[in-house]
Amino acid sequence: MFFLKRLLFLIPLLLVISFLAFVLMRLAPGGPFDSERAPASPEIERAIRAKYRLDEPLLTQYGHYLADLSRGDLGLSTKYRNHTVNDIIVSALPVSLTLGGLAFFFALVLGIPWGVVMAVQRGRWGDYFWGLLSLLAACIPALVLGPLLVLSLAVKAGWFPVALWESPLHVVLPTLTLGLLFAGKVARLVRESMTTTLQSEFITAARAKGLSESAILINHALRLALLPVISFSAPMLADLLTGSFVVETIFQIPGLGVFFINSSLNRDYPLLMGLVLLYAAMLLLLNLVADILLAKLDPRVKYE
Amino acid sequence: MERRACLQADASIAYSTMNALCIALALAVHYALHITNCAPRIFHSARRITPLFLLLMLAGLLVSCGRPEPKADLVIANGAEPGSLDPATAKGLEELRIVMALWEGLMRTDPKTALPIPGLAGRHEISPDGRTYTFHLRTNAQWSTGQRITAHDFAYSWLRVLDPVTASEYAGQLFYLKNAEAYFNRTITNANEVGVRALDDLTLRVELTSPTPFFLGLCAFQTLSVVPRDIIEKHGDDWMRVRPLPTSGSYQLERWSLNDRVRLRANPHYWDATNTHSQVVDLLPIRSASTALNLYEKGGLDIIWDKELIPSELYPFLRTNEASRTHFHSFNYLGTYFLRFNTTRRPLDDPRVRRALTMCVDKQRLVDKILKTGEAIGSHFVPPGTANCRSPEGLPYDPEGARQLLKEAGFPGGQGMRTIEYLFESVSGGGSVHSKIGVELQQMWQRELGIKVELRQMEKQVYLSAQRSLDYDVSRSTWIGDYNDPNTFLDLYRSNNGNNRTGWKNPRYDQLMDQASLLTDLKQRAELLRQAESILVRDEAPIAPLYYFSGFNFHDPEQVSGIYGNVLDSHPINAIRVHRPVKR
Repeated sequence: MFFLKRLLFLIPLLLVISFLAFVLMRLAPGGPFDSERAPASPEIERAIRAKYRLDEPLLTQYGHYLADLSRGDLGLSTKYRNHTVNDIIVSALPVSLTLGGLAFFFALVLGIPWGVVMAVQRGRWGDYFWGLLSLLAACIPALVLGPLLVLSLAVKAGWFPVALWESPLHVVLPTLTLGLLFAGKVARLVRESMTTTLQSEFITAARAKGLSESAILINHALRLALLPVISFSAPMLADLLTGSFVVETIFQIPGLGVFFINSSLNRDYPLLMGLVLLYAAMLLLLNLVADILLAKLDPRVKYE
Repeated sequence: MERRACLQADASIAYSTMNALCIALALAVHYALHITNCAPRIFHSARRITPLFLLLMLAGLLVSCGRPEPKADLVIANGAEPGSLDPATAKGLEELRIVMALWEGLMRTDPKTALPIPGLAGRHEISPDGRTYTFHLRTNAQWSTGQRITAHDFAYSWLRVLDPVTASEYAGQLFYLKNAEAYFNRTITNANEVGVRALDDLTLRVELTSPTPFFLGLCAFQTLSVVPRDIIEKHGDDWMRVRPLPTSGSYQLERWSLNDRVRLRANPHYWDATNTHSQVVDLLPIRSASTALNLYEKGGLDIIWDKELIPSELYPFLRTNEASRTHFHSFNYLGTYFLRFNTTRRPLDDPRVRRALTMCVDKQRLVDKILKTGEAIGSHFVPPGTANCRSPEGLPYDPEGARQLLKEAGFPGGQGMRTIEYLFESVSGGGSVHSKIGVELQQMWQRELGIKVELRQMEKQVYLSAQRSLDYDVSRSTWIGDYNDPNTFLDLYRSNNGNNRTGWKNPRYDQLMDQASLLTDLKQRAELLRQAESILVRDEAPIAPLYYFSGFNFHDPEQVSGIYGNVLDSHPINAIRVHRPVKR
């Protein structure tokens, strides 16, 4: 019941976000049709503005937008004039979902054991070594890591293609680039929470019962230590699934991230609106899912 | 060929191995969780999550796996993702280049000289007064779907550009037609009054308001291409997504995946189909210069035809390196890099100040130190090599004379002069020429004239809107010619032109331009245009030309032929041929 209420609450929240985005976008100086070469007459410009309803008062425009939105129509892109925003999202979202999903999976599969190892080795050389590595992974931006991977594994070694989105081999380097950063973060997070958990009384109790160390780690400690990872995962997944400008540019991948940046630079209002709403909806939904999971997994959390 | 098939087989084995490995890994994780069955609740739910991951991975692999497409015969790095491939609304270079392959007009462009040569109209006649053109369409002019292309299709296509509902930014290219502008502005509504009429299926009569020596060039310009009427009327804004799309050019549109590629396939019904040299062509919208170069090095690209797609730090190396030296092809083309002065603001409203600023710019230094790619320095506005043109010499580099001028204007040694703002746009990826040039200018003006300059960098759309609303002092600018005639440059500085953007109005200049437009004698016309340009770059100087662009293609001359440097930087794709040796 509580979650149903929260689900319903998303709708007004999205409306507020859409209104703010709509207004802020238009407050920014410059418009979609400012270009190096103005049309030969002001009349041409007027015709273009009329076509994209930019000549109407702001609130009327917003009203039209909401009316279209309720029919599931996000409008025509002002930059990609042969495409509707729906079209663009439909073509780019699966790519971003694939890449983002794989990177997320990779980050968890690598990051969680990594964190556990560091926590177990706490204060010893292993901890420092893996800790330094995780710090590096979490700090080196994709902008640096991507070209390094391309140079070493694709250009020099020739094991992977240098760019483009064609076969499963093409997916490997972008997934590494995107996932490693998050794996590092997840590892740090797991280490911290695992360390705290291992010092708590119920672990001492478990040890006193004579349970094996691995049973303690996996059955008791990890269960609690993973909770922060779940709340961290929601925004991380939303980020990953909506694409990354840098990774998509380095590897020439047709995902959403490039559209995100370019639509704001081009002042492509309809496209930017569509993407902002998509990101907001995804973020809010995933947060809700994280909350549900937390409630299920953590007996201490109760929602009314 | 055999070698290539072999490579592909290798690749597919690798794909299957990868696929199997990934699934095995996922299964292993899945069962590992099963075995720890004694585990507490988290693993019960985790077990439920694992199949989800499994599904996600499978889906991902399937999406990206789906048998790799056959390779294209020719792959070109084409700059930004095209916004529109509709001839009426395409405007960027990256768009126009593809539009040229898909759609053809009465004339087309010669790949060597960029001069207009007969396209869908095999021949034409021009009346002695230069105002009436009669075009005769080829009898074998066909859409890619096999139907005839008629003169009525042309009349429709041109009137469509002139329909405000189409919202064509290049509609001005047709304003030379009788009554075209009035029709666009809806002051007349009868399309029959516009100067384009189909006399019969194969004959098109065009009437112009004044003799326009570059009109045939306009007929080869993409905006004036013929488009399929019934498809457009049936599908409206969605018409470009119809498949198969009837095209009129040498190629048809096979696939358009956003930010991935545009794939063209030769049009078998094109009237000159025997001379289409590459059957399948991929145009990749590449965003990063290093990615483009990596792909090129690995054989994934045949041509890079934008300077921006070669990392500028590597120019000197690539130009001198034995292996890549012959891949550089640069040539002059109709583009000028210049400064606009805002003539509505003091002290820039004084021509002496503007001239002084212009005369202090050491253009050679800019070209040698910043560009390093051998551009020619600019003294006049219309680039050298433009047809029908005799440009005057512009202002010389003369700091002493400049100081004198500034003194006459009442600012000896820059005293009493306020700080001048220099406006330019930021370029994503950084390392922009614009900011480096800004810094150099700042130093030159400070050192020679004692004028303080503040640099103001803005996001592109903001910069353009500031320039347009005259919210700047000095602004960096570029202009690229649309057709090979000085008019495409000099027209800008008429008082009412939307691209003037300097606030500069000169009745004498307007009068010279008007007079020139009425002349059929090209020599006399060139003389009038020379006088007009002289006002622009010598006497009044609302702009300061810095250098002329050099066009640039990067390709291996031993493998690629049929691409030539020309003044319009125009390279019809059907002429390009790849001789692919056995690679690696």
